[in-house]
Amino acid sequence: MRLNDEERSILAGECGRVAQIALQHQIKVGDFFGAADFVPVTQAHIMADTESLGPSGVAWLEEMADADDGRGRVRIPTITDPRGTDFSKADMLRQAPWMLTLERRTIDAFVRLGVAMTDTCINYQTIQAPTRGEHLAFGDTGVVIYSNSICGARSNFEGGPSALSAGLTGRTPRYGYHLDAQRQATIRIQVDWTPTTLNDWGALGGVIGRLAGNYWSVPVVEGLQGAPGSDAMKHFGAAMASFGSSALFHLAGLTPEATRLQDVGGDRLPVAHRIGRQDVQALQNAYATTDEIDVVVFSAPQLSLYELRDIAQLSEGRHFIKPMLAITSPQVKPDCDRMGYTETIEAAGGQVLSGMCFYQSYAREMAEANGWKRLATNSAKLVNILGGYGYAPTLASMEQCIEAAQTGRIA
Amino acid sequence: MSTKTDTQATSQQFTARHAIGATVSGIALVARDGFSARYDLDRIGGTFSRPAHKLAGQSYVGRILVLDTAKGGVASAWMLREMASRGIVPLAIVFNTVNPILAQGAAFGDVSMLAGFDGDITAQVPHGATVEVDPANHRLRILQAPD
Repeated sequence: MRLNDEERSILAGECGRVAQIALQHQIKVGDFFGAADFVPVTQAHIMADTESLGPSGVAWLEEMADADDGRGRVRIPTITDPRGTDFSKADMLRQAPWMLTLERRTIDAFVRLGVAMTDTCINYQTIQAPTRGEHLAFGDTGVVIYSNSICGARSNFEGGPSALSAGLTGRTPRYGYHLDAQRQATIRIQVDWTPTTLNDWGALGGVIGRLAGNYWSVPVVEGLQGAPGSDAMKHFGAAMASFGSSALFHLAGLTPEATRLQDVGGDRLPVAHRIGRQDVQALQNAYATTDEIDVVVFSAPQLSLYELRDIAQLSEGRHFIKPMLAITSPQVKPDCDRMGYTETIEAAGGQVLSGMCFYQSYAREMAEANGWKRLATNSAKLVNILGGYGYAPTLASMEQCIEAAQTGRIA
Repeated sequence: MSTKTDTQATSQQFTARHAIGATVSGIALVARDGFSARYDLDRIGGTFSRPAHKLAGQSYVGRILVLDTAKGGVASAWMLREMASRGIVPLAIVFNTVNPILAQGAAFGDVSMLAGFDGDITAQVPHGATVEVDPANHRLRILQAPD
């Protein structure tokens, strides 16, 4: 990679050991992808739940925080993805003390490195939405695909070590979705049906993600009616990224880089696939394997205030016989409390949790400790993930999930 | 992305566009399926745990995984190193198509990786073959056919 004077100085250790380690890691990744140089970034977002880090990852973070006599600091606004717990609800979740100890050690290390513990995977709704053309180093695939596609910003998937490195150096290797050429459409998809529910939007994203197939494939989608809202695009993008490892999509006439189909080269592509309601339903049917459920989870991505409002309205006057978890960000939770949504949901027997995400919170151990296997959710992303954790997940509408919490059965 | 071309004079040797890590050799676990450490693995038991995965139930420990594409979330960037710290880790990973997360994870966890071949690598390496991953030369070699 071509380095400028500042980067050569960092690499030589003149800016401290922490920045040097970060840049060395970034050069390895840049060389792997053939990056010509670095691009400055304005924000970094770090996925770092302790189930992923494990003790070795936490110890590495602590070493970084201790290095340079504890003076190593991020250079740009650097924030965090959900943590592995909501400390106030850890007993209810039956999380073990060692999990909480790892979480506290991680938080301490991040704080010492100057990282802001926002603990959210919906920062584009709650912290600061990126702008078109803004170069970022974001972790969490749902955050990246939303920022790239809906906001027109530019980020690759940055795993925790790389996002932290970007925070510490203020730059990232220039490859992938930082480049104009990579952002052109590679697969053209015609949709004949426009979803109205979040689970359907997620399922449609999952269908397209599977068809796209890999990280470098960029779908351009035609045929959607109207202007879908932020929560719809949140579920759509998160599922597409989850099922397909996709990081960017275009919606012809809707998303900022595809005002016209030809803006992203879509007019030069044949229509590769036509997707209808039956395809979306088929994906959901594949996850409808049980009538009875053990737990209902609304999470992945964290819930917006509007989703919590809807859950509260649906919960009013009910009595849940199964655990129902509604998980949001620390930024939304105070408003959820203030609007009375938390009180309504918890009066029905549900729980509103904050700062975590279900699958990032020792999902396997929670299943074993609580006897949870059959899980109902309206998140297509969540059902895609949880099979590997031993769950039998069902994808259903928000209304069906609330009903299931009350009856123990999914309609 | 620059492309290195292989003469393919022998069907036993393949050239990758992307490479990182040390040279290793071992038994290949081959499937035309994706890979995500979070989605697909029981990282405690060391097996593929996603029921729908084509390698479901098989141990990945010490094996060279030859798979189609990197999938899923960003957790794998941490998880490869965590798995290596416990010795419950693949020896190397070979992809038709990689994503940044698995490449970043390989860089962070010192796991050898090759990606990007002319042709489908999962169709060219027999399941159970002994192979060598040689990142310095961007090369995958079949050393011995499966029993």
